[in-house]
Amino acid sequence: MAEMVTVRLKVNGVAHEGRCEPRKLLVDFLREDLELTGTHIGCEHGICGACTILFNGEAARSCIMLAVQADGSEILTVEGLMQNGTLHPLQEAFREHHGLQCGFCTPGMLMTALDFLKTNPSPTEAEVREGISAVLCRCTGYQGIVNAVRAAARTLGGAAKVESGT
Amino acid sequence: MKPPKFDYHAPRSVDEALGLLQRYGGDAKVLAGGQSLMPLLNFRLSRPAALVDLNRIPSLAYITEQDGQVRLGAMTRQRTIEFSPVVKERLPLLREATKLVGHLPIRTRGTIGGSLAHADPSAEYPAVLTALEGEVVARGPKGERVIKAKNLFRTYLTTSLEPDEILVEVRMPAMPAGAGFALEEFARRHGDFAIIGIAAMVVRDGPRCRTARLTTAGAGPVPLRLRAAEEILERDGLTDAAIEAAARRASELVSPDADIHASADYRRHLTGVLTKRALKRALGAARG
Repeated sequence: MAEMVTVRLKVNGVAHEGRCEPRKLLVDFLREDLELTGTHIGCEHGICGACTILFNGEAARSCIMLAVQADGSEILTVEGLMQNGTLHPLQEAFREHHGLQCGFCTPGMLMTALDFLKTNPSPTEAEVREGISAVLCRCTGYQGIVNAVRAAARTLGGAAKVESGT
Repeated sequence: MKPPKFDYHAPRSVDEALGLLQRYGGDAKVLAGGQSLMPLLNFRLSRPAALVDLNRIPSLAYITEQDGQVRLGAMTRQRTIEFSPVVKERLPLLREATKLVGHLPIRTRGTIGGSLAHADPSAEYPAVLTALEGEVVARGPKGERVIKAKNLFRTYLTTSLEPDEILVEVRMPAMPAGAGFALEEFARRHGDFAIIGIAAMVVRDGPRCRTARLTTAGAGPVPLRLRAAEEILERDGLTDAAIEAAARRASELVSPDADIHASADYRRHLTGVLTKRALKRALGAARG
């Protein structure tokens, strides 16, 4: 048995502490130790993006990070998006624009879009498609997701860019 | 648990990290951004005795400019490079390449030092380091040494770094003002590794071409400088005919391997097509 390590971190504003082996993946720590199962596990090797969280404010894939690396960090998961019973504008837009079908990729889509809109608050459709290319939707319902992210950008204050061409 | 068992160390200094590498005598792996190593651990394709995690050494992340060189700490994240004003001004080719590295949530973690030390021949950074004649600084038990790009990449996923050395800094000469540049790549999906990529830089002097740089990604076991194609442009200028000739020469210079993604012939064809595209775009952006 490898030596156990202590992991202290803040998830969605709440302080947590746990003990695990150093090889435990961050996503498994969130789901198994902290029982935050909103973050989904898809491919488990950094391709599908379902497990994306915000690590110290930036989107990162929690299946290719170790829990021990998150010691001292602040994490935001999909459970932290809703505030005081009100959906986050991104969640509201996903509901409004049919941005989820089976829902499996949705946590990853939401957390990726959140970081994407921070650095590009008024994206073109092409930029949204590039931004969410980090997450695979096997229902292939990308059109609704693209519409939702663009609608959320407008709600969150960015003015939609005029697109050139078609 | 997906990854195999390993000892985990998060040293606070490079010296401490070097001591750990010596202690494990080649059985430890250095963990940078983890975007390549962690998947290998999850598949148990890599089974190191220990991980030496550099993420708690903040002094390894910086971007500075001195003596006409841009110096980047090995742990500088790709996302930082993407938004760096110094990189935008002095190394616009590196900036363009960075936007093609994986996806946003990969670039927040992935580092320039990690990408170069991993030495995937299809990756963008090894091609850019080679095109710009950059170098890296390796620190080991006997001190520091500088390794030029052309001496860094040995073969697929293999560099000339010793097991007890750590890549600590990346240096690239600032691109000449007005240099035209482009990184053209073909990948099946956005964010994938390139089937073929071409990094190009041209420095114009009126109708003449003072300097041309052409480097491949994905066309062999290491990034390849297409010197004979560069010479055509430096001799004949940046005319349509010279660009056509350079592109043809480029496709003759490579001897790519076939794999599940593309045949050798297809890669050779792409090398010519993308060389032409990269040169046309670089020329359009060049001043002087």
